[in-house]
Amino acid sequence: MQLRLTQALDFQSQALQLRSERQRLIASNIANADTPGYQAREMDFARALREATGAQAVAGEMATSNPQHMAPVAGARDEAELLYASHSQDSVDRNTVDLERERHSAVENAVKYEATLRFINSSVRNMLDAMKGPNQG
Amino acid sequence: MSMLNIFDVSGSAASAQSQRLNTVASNLANADTVAGPDGQAYKARQVVFQTTLMGEVGAAGVRVSNVTEDQTPGRRVHDPKHPAADAQGYVTYSNVNPIEEMVNMISASRSYQNNIEVMNTAKSLMLKTLQLGQG
Repeated sequence: MQLRLTQALDFQSQALQLRSERQRLIASNIANADTPGYQAREMDFARALREATGAQAVAGEMATSNPQHMAPVAGARDEAELLYASHSQDSVDRNTVDLERERHSAVENAVKYEATLRFINSSVRNMLDAMKGPNQG
Repeated sequence: MSMLNIFDVSGSAASAQSQRLNTVASNLANADTVAGPDGQAYKARQVVFQTTLMGEVGAAGVRVSNVTEDQTPGRRVHDPKHPAADAQGYVTYSNVNPIEEMVNMISASRSYQNNIEVMNTAKSLMLKTLQLGQG
């Protein structure tokens, strides 16, 4: 039963972890906005979340083709696979950071991070309410 | 803990940008210098940025890999009365282009602000994370 109780939090905590990884990625891109030759990085968030929650096999993971093979643990993954952002304009110093897009993603990611925090907070509150006796208000 | 790395990344970028601002300041200050400490005219300096890894793969910081000197010849003005004039009566001033330096300054200050804003966002997110489960 305890497993069922925390299962609701599992998904959101994986999402939170990925959001913070993405935030760091965006910070790196903004930090390197003036570095010659820097290629902007981006992650496929939906895919990374599916991999983290075990809904999709991690790229490069071993397959279980025989019943005697050990199945990989769900969510066993390293950091999300990083992609290169496609750039909208060429620049002379081969830097591909699009500052407007990065700032937009930074704000979007921060809001979604906070949303995930609220989801976790509300499910914790729900659980605590459920644990309270009828006389405890 | 990937959020903590943001401070390293943005901090390194902010310090690199402030170093760039420093060279702009010294270039502008020396825009009308006729001779440096070595007797030669002052040469404009530029910082060169390089990506540096901050511990993990997704965390790319910035550092100043070196400071280059602009080798274009300085502005020469005919002024035989000047104490620094050469045999032909020409004075060699520094090769600083004030307009380029102003553009550089604005760009550095905008990038600096961007990085500070990223740090502020990370800070407020982390503070909210610390209050997880209390509200």
